[in-house]
Amino acid sequence: MVTLTIDGRKVQAEEGTTILEAARENNIYIPSLCHHEEVMPYGACRLCLVEVAWNGRQRLVASCLYEVAEGLKIRTNSERIANNRKMIMELLLARCPNNKAIQDLARQLGVKETSFKLEDNQCMLCALCVRVCQEVVGVSAISLVNRGVDREMATPFYEPSDVCIGCGSCAYVCPVEAIKFEDIGDTRYIYWPNNSMEFKLKKCKTCGNYWIPERQLEYIIKETKLPLSAFDNCPDCRD
Amino acid sequence: MAKRKTNRINSPQELEAIRESIIKSRDPSQTCIVVCGGTGCLALGAQDVIAGFRRKIQEGGLEKKLALRITGCPGFCEKGPLVVIKPENILYQQVRGEDVAEIVSETVKGNIVDRLLYTDPDTGKKITYESEVPFYKKQKRLLLGDNSNIDPTEIRDYLALGGYAALSKALFKMSPEKIIKEVKKSGLRGRGGGGFPAGVKWESCRRAEGDTKYVICNAEEGDPGAFVDRNLLEGNPHSVLEGMIIGAYAIGAHQGYVYIRNEYRLALEHLTQAIKQAEEYGFLGENILGSGFDFTVKISRGGGAYVCGESTALMASLEGKVGEPRAKYIHTVERGLWEQPTNLNNVETWANIPLIINSGANWYSTIGSEGSKGTKIFSLSGKINNTGLVEVPMGITLREIIYDIGGGIPEDRKFKAAQTGGPGGGCIPESLLNLPVDFDELTKVGSVMGSGSMIVMDETTCMVDMARYFINFLERESCGKCIPCREGLKRMSQILTDITEGKGKDGDIGLLERLSAALIDSSLCALGSTAPNPVLTTIRYFRDEYEAHIRDRRCPAGVCKLDAVIRK
Repeated sequence: MVTLTIDGRKVQAEEGTTILEAARENNIYIPSLCHHEEVMPYGACRLCLVEVAWNGRQRLVASCLYEVAEGLKIRTNSERIANNRKMIMELLLARCPNNKAIQDLARQLGVKETSFKLEDNQCMLCALCVRVCQEVVGVSAISLVNRGVDREMATPFYEPSDVCIGCGSCAYVCPVEAIKFEDIGDTRYIYWPNNSMEFKLKKCKTCGNYWIPERQLEYIIKETKLPLSAFDNCPDCRD
Repeated sequence: MAKRKTNRINSPQELEAIRESIIKSRDPSQTCIVVCGGTGCLALGAQDVIAGFRRKIQEGGLEKKLALRITGCPGFCEKGPLVVIKPENILYQQVRGEDVAEIVSETVKGNIVDRLLYTDPDTGKKITYESEVPFYKKQKRLLLGDNSNIDPTEIRDYLALGGYAALSKALFKMSPEKIIKEVKKSGLRGRGGGGFPAGVKWESCRRAEGDTKYVICNAEEGDPGAFVDRNLLEGNPHSVLEGMIIGAYAIGAHQGYVYIRNEYRLALEHLTQAIKQAEEYGFLGENILGSGFDFTVKISRGGGAYVCGESTALMASLEGKVGEPRAKYIHTVERGLWEQPTNLNNVETWANIPLIINSGANWYSTIGSEGSKGTKIFSLSGKINNTGLVEVPMGITLREIIYDIGGGIPEDRKFKAAQTGGPGGGCIPESLLNLPVDFDELTKVGSVMGSGSMIVMDETTCMVDMARYFINFLERESCGKCIPCREGLKRMSQILTDITEGKGKDGDIGLLERLSAALIDSSLCALGSTAPNPVLTTIRYFRDEYEAHIRDRRCPAGVCKLDAVIRK
């Protein structure tokens, strides 16, 4: 364990954890959009910037990536930090002016309007969906395509993916609800910002509800080696 | 059975013996026609000249009288194709295929072809010898000076000039610690742009925990207007390899990589050949020179992404991943390529190492300025008379580079600014012409050393348009991972484009400054955090030009087309 100071408060944290994790553990709020505890830190949204005292100067670091160390002195808010966060939110607000989650976070961080020309996106490219699909689900059905300003989230060649299992983790993890999914009858629809896919659902033997995409079930059976019969019933109808 | 015929050198003694035999086999008084086969001269038609010389020498049966050597770039690209007659060092400039016959016939007679000599623009007099040309006079060509004596595809040329003596010294007379101490003492700072002390980096990497360590040579030179590393690899690839082997030995690495732009065809070709020859002679591979030290070098070709010049993006790309940077809170010397301690230096940094080992840190540190030791190569381009590659001691003034070496501005127009350090650098105005050029002084005025590109601008350059060009370049080259860089550069580019099209608004300058502050503070890597430099320096030194565009809808340099808006 190491002891560090966050906003004047002495807190303890395991070695190897990040400032963001240590802060959240201690109920100290640091805004962030691209962080999720289930995937590797990424450092793309830059909202979690904090100040670390370093060689007599205040150095700005991404708290989702910076590991704690004994005696570290951290400020999670200052005029400089606030200005940076505001500019990032202005940029995001211009990119996704109609996104509720971004509007809310912008307001919370003190940004009422943006100085830039408005675009009309929902996705702000935090890549959480892509990382969850790769690191947690393990199929890498979606990825980021193109570089820089042309960057987008999509399936390869914008075509229906033959490896996507329709699990919907991408939609679940999206912090700004840019990916949506819905189950209608025996079909699941996943809507990504640039394309969409449909998946056939399996029926529960007992209640008759459609409960899981067939592709997802195939994937689970392949990974767990359980018999298909183990999934005859939906979780609600199991003993 | 084939006869045992191997060039492999197994000891320092064998190296010196081979060196001596190479030198003995050559007649220093033999006339040698040296043709620059560097990219610049090739573009200007050197291929014709080379073919012409080959043919003429063969037709005339002059092989014994005239040697022919195709070399890397001696630097004076403006006047290419360049031909130098050795050993006198007579310089012929702008040589065409049709000049070859005369050069051959006159050289055989011991005469000089006056009409092909360089004319001093100040005195109007012809200058015969290379060293007397003003372009070369103020240079200190420690790295480039040997270029005209080396056929880069021929390791024996490098050996004849003392090549790999530094490696031999390092392996047999110095401990790794002693080498690191020497490099630290020399004051050598990284030539890739950051200027971090090379010896300190080596020491950290040597001390880092890990059995497997790597060294990397960064040859992903992507800055517009930069051709320093390109020419070093084209002209003297063994000097870079020698530096890498010494570094690997000092650090404790057995595998090295050169990450090089695939666009650098000639550099790639020469480097590939140099690695092959170095392996053949036992400078690379197992048990180098019989020392017991093993080291191999592989080439990895970049796919054209500027951001892959950033060290962590480069390493990701080398690993076969998408070339995107990561945070460097844990330094790459601790956890770099494949999570192992990795020491990355730029081409020019590596090329300096043999010099330091051969002649010592004491000698090296006498060259340059207080905080920046040695020489620096600049690629001089833009509105300048002598476009080319110049090597100068650190601390030389900008004025000396631009006027004494560069020959000033064409058509006697007025110098306006010099952009150093590529797109992430800044522009330096006329009022700072007496600035000593080194790492710290450039940073003080808002620019950076960067890779050594120096783009000169005159009164016909619009500074807002210049900033727009660089921001547009960076916007295109941003990897797009972090929000401030991707979205911020897009907005900067839009604002600057608007200003140059007469659609600028009051408050645009302030907004650019606010955006700049956020990019500097919050970008993930140096591409984003240095990107505002061209904007901030042009605002700092040429604010009136911005204001003229925005308020008066006028481009003082007459570059931007704003009149359509005025008519409305």
